[in-house]
Amino acid sequence: MGGPESFGAYLLFIVGAVLVNNILLAQFLGNCPFLGVSRRMDTATGMAMAVIFVITMAGMITYVVQYYLLVPLNLEYLQTIAFILVIAALVQLVEIVMQKSLPALYRALGIFLPLITTNCAVLGVALINIKKDLYFFDALVFSFASAAGYGLALVLFAGIRERFALARMPKVFEGTAIGLVTAGFLALAFRGFAGLAG
Amino acid sequence: MSSLAKEFTKGFWDVLPPFRLVLGLCPVLAVTATAFGGWGMGLATTFVLVCSNVLVSLLRKVIPAKVRIAAYIVIIATFVTIVDMMLKAFVPDLHKMLGIFIQLIVVNCIILGRAEAFAGKRGPVASFADGLGIGLGFTISLFVLGTIREILGSGTWTLYKGLLSINVMGDAYQPFKFMVAAPGAFVGLGVMLAIITLIGIRLDRKKRRAQ
Repeated sequence: MGGPESFGAYLLFIVGAVLVNNILLAQFLGNCPFLGVSRRMDTATGMAMAVIFVITMAGMITYVVQYYLLVPLNLEYLQTIAFILVIAALVQLVEIVMQKSLPALYRALGIFLPLITTNCAVLGVALINIKKDLYFFDALVFSFASAAGYGLALVLFAGIRERFALARMPKVFEGTAIGLVTAGFLALAFRGFAGLAG
Repeated sequence: MSSLAKEFTKGFWDVLPPFRLVLGLCPVLAVTATAFGGWGMGLATTFVLVCSNVLVSLLRKVIPAKVRIAAYIVIIATFVTIVDMMLKAFVPDLHKMLGIFIQLIVVNCIILGRAEAFAGKRGPVASFADGLGIGLGFTISLFVLGTIREILGSGTWTLYKGLLSINVMGDAYQPFKFMVAAPGAFVGLGVMLAIITLIGIRLDRKKRRAQ
């Protein structure tokens, strides 16, 4: 088990997860919804909030499943199946609970929740938590910071995309192609943070 | 052309992933820094796609409609676990290079998409042809993108890590590092998508003129 040991190291750990190793732009996780919902600012904000919530919850629960269920029973090879089932069930549960108890938030996030099961950022962060061999609290912080980085990139990208929605461009680039090229330049900008933390 | 051959060949152009069917972009961006990563990931995905297509198709009358997505995910995850173990045992270099993206095949929307759109409704033989065609189309796409990115970005062409690597550009070449880094993945895929769209538009126009 490992993780950052001093306060300064902790700060760098968080900055690293949010900016330097941004899960979306540096590690390519969760690109389908990224290109799908980023045409408008309000849908992007809704998706960003839903993703932050689900990634943080999934990060915690899969951690518990891994270390208190799979490892003691020597079932590590079931990791992929167990994690994806936990995530699918969690998304369903969140949807039902939210519909009953937080109807306002449900209406805001509602349509994005089912999409999240196949967002590879959720499973990706859960797997990275285990791969990095973190303590529980560090895993929680890492999940939240990564998700926040995802949300930040998504909202920034939606802002850029709204601006060039009316721009004239070669016909073959319209839609996803120009979206990918733009994401490339945003990724280039995020690489500027590389000096901040390792 | 017989219908079976049609199901097989449509994966190479009509619904060629990830270009004509814009799905499953994460692995495409992540593993194509080398040609080796490209075809390795492509074949791993093809295996899972073919097996899950056949099994989903065989079980299509048994699985109740309401829980079909969950059932498909369990089937896909099983084959992903098999691929993960096989690569770890037989091709450890590739396993290390692809990292968590092997396990992430489970959330590759192409596979779930084919189970939902095709295998859940058609017979096992047609589903096998569909899965194999689309999987090989995906492999070729990844291999081509990996080749372009690697030759520009490192000057080499790795067909098999440690065994077969060609120094295409010569020693004097200053590598265009951008192409193998994260931003180059997005730009490279975007430009390639635009080129494929352009070819598609040209072909459609030619076909219409011929009629």
